Amino acid sequence: MIDLKGYGPELLDGAVVTIELAFLSLALALALGLIGASAKLSGNRLATGIATTYTTLIRGVPDLVMMMLFYYGGQVVVNMLSDYIWETYEIDFFFQFDPFISGVITIGLIFGAYMTETFRGAFLAVETGQIEAARAYGFTRLHTFRRIMIPQMMRHALPGIGNNWQVLLKTTALVSIIGLTDMVRVAEEAAKAERMPFHFFIPVAFVYLSLTAISELFIKWLDKRANVGVIQGG
Amino acid sequence: MADQAPLICRDIHKTFDQLEVLKGISLETRKGDVVSLIGSSGSGKSTFLRCINLLETPTSGDIIVHGDPIRFTTNRKGERIPADNKQVELIRAKLSMVFQSFNLWSHMTVLENIIEAPIHVLKVPKKEAIERAEAYLNKVGIYERKDYYPAQMSGGQQQRAAIARALAMEPEVMLFDEPTSALDPELVGEVLKVMQSLAEEGRTMIVVTHEMAFARDVSTQVLFLHQGVIEEQGTPDKVFDNPDSERMKHFLAPNF
Repeated sequence: MIDLKGYGPELLDGAVVTIELAFLSLALALALGLIGASAKLSGNRLATGIATTYTTLIRGVPDLVMMMLFYYGGQVVVNMLSDYIWETYEIDFFFQFDPFISGVITIGLIFGAYMTETFRGAFLAVETGQIEAARAYGFTRLHTFRRIMIPQMMRHALPGIGNNWQVLLKTTALVSIIGLTDMVRVAEEAAKAERMPFHFFIPVAFVYLSLTAISELFIKWLDKRANVGVIQGG
Repeated sequence: MADQAPLICRDIHKTFDQLEVLKGISLETRKGDVVSLIGSSGSGKSTFLRCINLLETPTSGDIIVHGDPIRFTTNRKGERIPADNKQVELIRAKLSMVFQSFNLWSHMTVLENIIEAPIHVLKVPKKEAIERAEAYLNKVGIYERKDYYPAQMSGGQQQRAAIARALAMEPEVMLFDEPTSALDPELVGEVLKVMQSLAEEGRTMIVVTHEMAFARDVSTQVLFLHQGVIEEQGTPDKVFDNPDSERMKHFLAPNF
């Protein structure tokens, strides 16, 4: 076993932070993706407009810039809101925009935009006959969405979700820049103090690698389940 | 009323953009009627069938299902739309449809396909829905395939499963949209045989078809559509053996 010079527990805590950050961001991204895709396909011009603005803006701005904007800008907005609430209602409301929350929001928003496109494509790939049959049998719109559209589009969406997830997981490393003590941040400090970059960054790289490898297996398993009832060619 | 007409359509018109596809089609059915809609491609027969359960909204005209007229209203763009989605869902549950390309839900087994709508739309208890489904699967002769996914079966078996799905709704009227057109020739017979047995049981059916033998032997009424109007209408004997319309004679000619 490599000697982590006493940084072991801290690195482990950092890894937990990385994983928490990744899962919470994923949950937000999936929710935003479903909402965004539904909006884009709704046929409602306002909803489509909002969703298109969202995906265009997000996809056109670097992740790091977005993150700094949310972290520094987010606090300014909260402060303004807090002052306003105090002055108007005399309610003491304050909320510290910490790096973790900024990270979840930023990464969730960024990947929500990518998920929107993934889900949109997947919904369009569902055969119209499948939806028509549901309508013809008196299903409500919600029931059609839940029982027919979601399970059928999942098959088309999973490969895209898998890709997005792997990129998302690696993007969490950026949050160390705005001061989150994740695994990367701990390794960076340790490497500087001990002047041993390989010694700390290589284990970190392995943690990411094993996380992505496990994810890949899990996604394969999900994919198999989502493709039930489909006969695969080749 | 016991012998209220299951379905009445009055003066149905349908226009897509500028194109008038249906120019006033009327149809009145009695219980146990088997109505065959025949005509060449583009004559409007499938569109008419899709108007009946509102997969297409008729531009004008009335649809009355078992005495219950479908209510319409106009949206902001001036298009006619159904006034009450709840009513449409109720009516669709009484008019189950069998599609040309089966449209079984591909992520569900045959049994799951059949119990889905009875459980969630008709609110039949699950146990009863399964018993019902199994009985209908037996009837169409694919009980042993109940746990298969649609993609694991032949076209003929899929279409029979789709017919079982339609039967499980215990509908007022069954709508068939070219049910054998997507099948390999050797599989057409098994589906037609099931349909014939349904007709003999006295189920009310409206069938869009290219199978002239079926239309002649099984139906009680035949409608020949041409360019959105009814060219010829009557009993099969009348329409096939003694048609008034020149077009009908022409349409039949290649069959002899």
